[in-house]
Amino acid sequence: MEKYIFYILSVIIIVFAVASVSSRKMLRSVIYLLFVLCGIAGIYFLIDYNFLAAIQLTVYAGGIIVLIIFSVLLVHHIEMELEIAKPFRKMMTGLICLLGLGVFLYTIYNNEFNVVENQVTTTTYDIGAKLLSYESGGFILPFEVISVLLLASMIGAIVIAKGRKLNDKNDEAL
Amino acid sequence: MIAGISIYEILTVTSILFFIGIYGFITRKNLISVLISIELILNASVVNFVVINKYLYPDMLQGVIFSIFIIAVAAAETALAVSIIINLYRQISSVEVKDTEIMKY
Repeated sequence: MEKYIFYILSVIIIVFAVASVSSRKMLRSVIYLLFVLCGIAGIYFLIDYNFLAAIQLTVYAGGIIVLIIFSVLLVHHIEMELEIAKPFRKMMTGLICLLGLGVFLYTIYNNEFNVVENQVTTTTYDIGAKLLSYESGGFILPFEVISVLLLASMIGAIVIAKGRKLNDKNDEAL
Repeated sequence: MIAGISIYEILTVTSILFFIGIYGFITRKNLISVLISIELILNASVVNFVVINKYLYPDMLQGVIFSIFIIAVAAAETALAVSIIINLYRQISSVEVKDTEIMKY
């Protein structure tokens, strides 16, 4: 049963990913990306990482997609069609990507993975304890650094998107 | 683990997703589309971290924690990129890659 669910999820992911990079309407391509992200959340549920699936749904599907939709609506007319690359360029890029994919798959299928058969369930408690432990192998320092990074990027985004002062300076320089 | 699914199949799916992202990154001409492709690439790598952690080292949590960090960095990056795009649109009224020359020097 899980097997078929995985196959369905991977078909959904790949089809919508292709649609998302080839659709000519901006808003549709964002919505296709939303389907891809939900499919990936489904894979997390399948391999029993419920916490990660919840993060994927809230941060990606809830946050990033909404941000991108905002920027699309602020920047584009909804009906505007995107410029497409030249067919030759598309074909060359597709060929290079297929070549790279071949190299990847060759390497993966020639590698012996020491797969451990297991049914371990990871609880949110374990993840939280690992994130906040300051013993060896703990992740308290990167956890703090990432919070500073989030604060810095929030302030930076506000300052950049305001943009009034930058304009004045440019006018003076001109 | 997913019953009946080997690690090879999952890695195949994520590799395909990664290269679809690279294809979009190269062929698209619009800054927001490039951002979407970057999200695809980041997601493929996150799934790889999680799957390798689950299949090869089920007793450890490093892969999960690194994927949480990657998701956080991706969120920060998207917020900054969207603000840069909006600011750029205000100054040059376009978000095409070929019109973006302001920050070159």
